[in-house]
Amino acid sequence: MTEIHMVARDGSITFLKAQAGRSLMETLRDGGAADIAALCGGNCACATCHVYIDTASVLPDKTDEEADMLSLLLHEQPNSRLSCQIRITGDMAQLHVRIAPEE
Amino acid sequence: MKKEVERIVIVGAGQAGSALASVLREKGFDGDLDLYGDERGLPYQRPPLSKGYLKGSLGLGSLLLRNRSFYEERRIGVYNGLRAIAVDPAARAVSFEDGSFREYDVLVFATGSRARLPAISGIEFPGVHTLCTLDDADGLRRSIKAGGRAALVGGGYIGLEVAASLSALGCHVTVLEREARLLARIASPQLSEFFAVYHAGYGVDVLTQAHVQSFEAGRDGRVCAVRLADDTSLACDAALLCAGGEPNDELAAQAGLKCDQGIVVDIEGRTSSPGIFAIGDVTRRPLPLYGDRMHRIESVPNAIEQAKQAACAILGLPRPSPEVPWFWSDQFDAKLKIAGISIEPDEILLRGSPEAEKFSILHMKGGRLICLESVNATADFMAARMLIAGQQILQTSSLVDPGVELKTLAT
Repeated sequence: MTEIHMVARDGSITFLKAQAGRSLMETLRDGGAADIAALCGGNCACATCHVYIDTASVLPDKTDEEADMLSLLLHEQPNSRLSCQIRITGDMAQLHVRIAPEE
Repeated sequence: MKKEVERIVIVGAGQAGSALASVLREKGFDGDLDLYGDERGLPYQRPPLSKGYLKGSLGLGSLLLRNRSFYEERRIGVYNGLRAIAVDPAARAVSFEDGSFREYDVLVFATGSRARLPAISGIEFPGVHTLCTLDDADGLRRSIKAGGRAALVGGGYIGLEVAASLSALGCHVTVLEREARLLARIASPQLSEFFAVYHAGYGVDVLTQAHVQSFEAGRDGRVCAVRLADDTSLACDAALLCAGGEPNDELAAQAGLKCDQGIVVDIEGRTSSPGIFAIGDVTRRPLPLYGDRMHRIESVPNAIEQAKQAACAILGLPRPSPEVPWFWSDQFDAKLKIAGISIEPDEILLRGSPEAEKFSILHMKGGRLICLESVNATADFMAARMLIAGQQILQTSSLVDPGVELKTLAT
């Protein structure tokens, strides 16, 4: 099972266990992350599930659509991802995730 | 925070109501906070009902906006299956169908909208559906089967999304649109044309200027055909009424609140009655970026924006900046994303290529961008949200040149 180390916007840290097959957004949302608005429910349309991934994990590549969404965010960084576009797989050991600031 | 507000009651436990409760706590409201809904279960997302949930690719667990512990930890009472039947603004109390009542300091209507029922005989037959709630979606799913035929009455976004979902499940789908084109009231003719061709390419039959007169039932009492005004008849195993929505504003109107096809509110969600707010699909609200034109918007981003506005107004916090309205729709592999609202455009521009299924349609007014409809062109959509908010005059030649990224035009 993948362990997630989540840093909220206020700096508080939560440890979550992620189930393979679910999206990272759903995992964070159901883990109580109020900062994850996820308005569009995982459709890569709203960018309100923007996170920074601070571990060098093997993650699925960004689609053009995700990259286009990210490229117009004020708070984009090289390790930016939309958490709805990352599906948890068994080979992800641990993920350090920081919720990005609100746009 | 204003001292007198200690009890907030939200009537309606959909996306708007749930978001408001969450934002109120986030912004420090510490008093009693209760959500009352007339459906079963916790608040959930409605957009997937016509898409992933209908297709079966998204389960119930993914639909919930938040899980139970989220509400418990924040002391947000969620009372499901309890319909509010009357509001007494003078007594500041709301009463429920089980005979109970609650007093409030602030009441918020977040009662949403429902499917409009067109005047067609036979809509009561089993197999004729509407699609607004989880129960509706479950009912529709039970009515359809692979290889079956579905008739969709109304060629708006829900109709087209359902057409794509049911086609993916192996149904033969006919969309029956009364107007001369799909999406007639809500999209540009160019976008309508694209989706007509696009759906036809996936085997969906699209009939325009199709006036549905009646449904017919078979021996088992279930719908078996739709009859049109020109007397043609189309066989079907299931039918969906998707000819637009109407606001659930009756309770507010009975309480004396000003309504005009929706509860009339100001930018912060205030109704005509002190201490009563309204947010989401049920409201008719001003659009600050469009000369304060009054509009009723059925969309998730609108519900969230109004929830934030109302929360700040209730708590006496500074008013957030107005947002550019936006919408999305997925049909087959087309990702439609719309920024802004097309109110009386004076010029329509095309950027990109409909043939390549990657393009944007720009709606201009006085040289400013007021709306952009994008198909598989997310960068255009994201840039449009900035350009519309900026309200700057733009050069046509740059807007239509796919070599120029729209985001570079923002000043």
